[in-house]
Amino acid sequence: MIAPPDDCLARNEWICGAYLSTRREILTDAVVQHLQLAAVSVALGLVLALPLAVAARRWRWAAGPVLGVTTLLYTIPALAMFSLLLPVYGLSATLVVAGLVLYSLTLLVRNILAGLRAVPEETRQAARGLGYGPVRLLLAVEMPLAVPAAMAGLRIATVSAVSLVTIGAIVGHGGLGNLIYSGMNTYFKAQVLTASVLCVVIAVVADLLLLGAQRLLTPWTRGQAA
Amino acid sequence: MTTLADAWSWLTTSAHWSGENGIGHRLAEHLFLTVVCLAVSCAIALPVALVLGHLGKGGALAVNLSNVGRAVPTFAVLVLLLLSPIGSYGQWPTIIALVLFAMPPLLTNAYVGMRGVDPDVVRAARGMGMTGRQTLTLVEVPLALPLILTGVRIAAVQLVATATVAALAGGGGLGRIITAGFNLASTPQVVAGACLVAVLALLVEGVFEGVQRLAPAGGRGSGP
Repeated sequence: MIAPPDDCLARNEWICGAYLSTRREILTDAVVQHLQLAAVSVALGLVLALPLAVAARRWRWAAGPVLGVTTLLYTIPALAMFSLLLPVYGLSATLVVAGLVLYSLTLLVRNILAGLRAVPEETRQAARGLGYGPVRLLLAVEMPLAVPAAMAGLRIATVSAVSLVTIGAIVGHGGLGNLIYSGMNTYFKAQVLTASVLCVVIAVVADLLLLGAQRLLTPWTRGQAA
Repeated sequence: MTTLADAWSWLTTSAHWSGENGIGHRLAEHLFLTVVCLAVSCAIALPVALVLGHLGKGGALAVNLSNVGRAVPTFAVLVLLLLSPIGSYGQWPTIIALVLFAMPPLLTNAYVGMRGVDPDVVRAARGMGMTGRQTLTLVEVPLALPLILTGVRIAAVQLVATATVAALAGGGGLGRIITAGFNLASTPQVVAGACLVAVLALLVEGVFEGVQRLAPAGGRGSGP
């Protein structure tokens, strides 16, 4: 008879190097799924949020409904949001993405709108005086000036999305959340801790990358922030 | 549309409202968790934030906490607590996780509110001979009240959401109706539970918005 191996996996310890080396593939797959879900959601959210924010800026009457509806959506807890989308999308990754898009929409629309509104009237008039039409004014003057506020929203939306992907475990598409969920059911401490830490690491790295991108996109703000 | 009709008929079946797994009991659990944890987190976070804001110290901590709170998944913390030794004490993992996630918005908003009080007003209060404690309670807190209440509102909505996720980790509350629906592969039950949670969250938000409107006029700064 062979004695059971006496390693950290057998002892079910929280921190376990053997877990990292033996389950590398599972972990990589989960991280990739996690990144895909979060990235696709935030990217789609951004694509939808831009026209909404521009419309809310352009037509005063549109601002109320746009902000109202997105705030309403944001108030609904994530688990309920995924569940409400179940009849539409079934148990699929699309469901998780759709739910996360609706969340990031709120943060992005609010911040982009705030950025557009903060463009000084003098700047706008100067651009008009230089012969800028409404489209060129928006693309070449207002949008770039709204980048810092928009990026702040994008960072919050990304960090939230990375964290909320875990709830997708309820439909089996939660990236690292799947590992946390199955680890909970099998009382597998190393798996739960490793997946949780990886989630936070992804969120922090994404936040830092976006901060770097913002610095590159807005060279004129450098040196201003003391 | 049939799913919505099915969900509605699930909701209106009286058998689903009674018993330990019924809507009535789950709603009571959810409200109990939300109210108790809101009270506990306010009792811990608000004094700390008000004193830090009054002294003007610990600003980086107060602001960064809400970023940390956003980056750490609620579900991960719930499961970690469940597998830790605390996990064998009934609802305690849920309560601890709820309090942890309610604190960042409370701390950040109360702190920012306190720092946003016009320094001239504070100096005037000092000049009139007010002590530090009097300045805090009679001048700064009333002026910071709108933001403090915003923090409480965000925390309350966050609590409703976290209490829902707690069901994934075996906690009580309305989330259990959703998870039970998933286990039974009953879409009407899942949708019905989700509707209950969404309505509860929107109601909590609405109630706090009402409270904020009713807050003493002095708290809203110098009117028009």
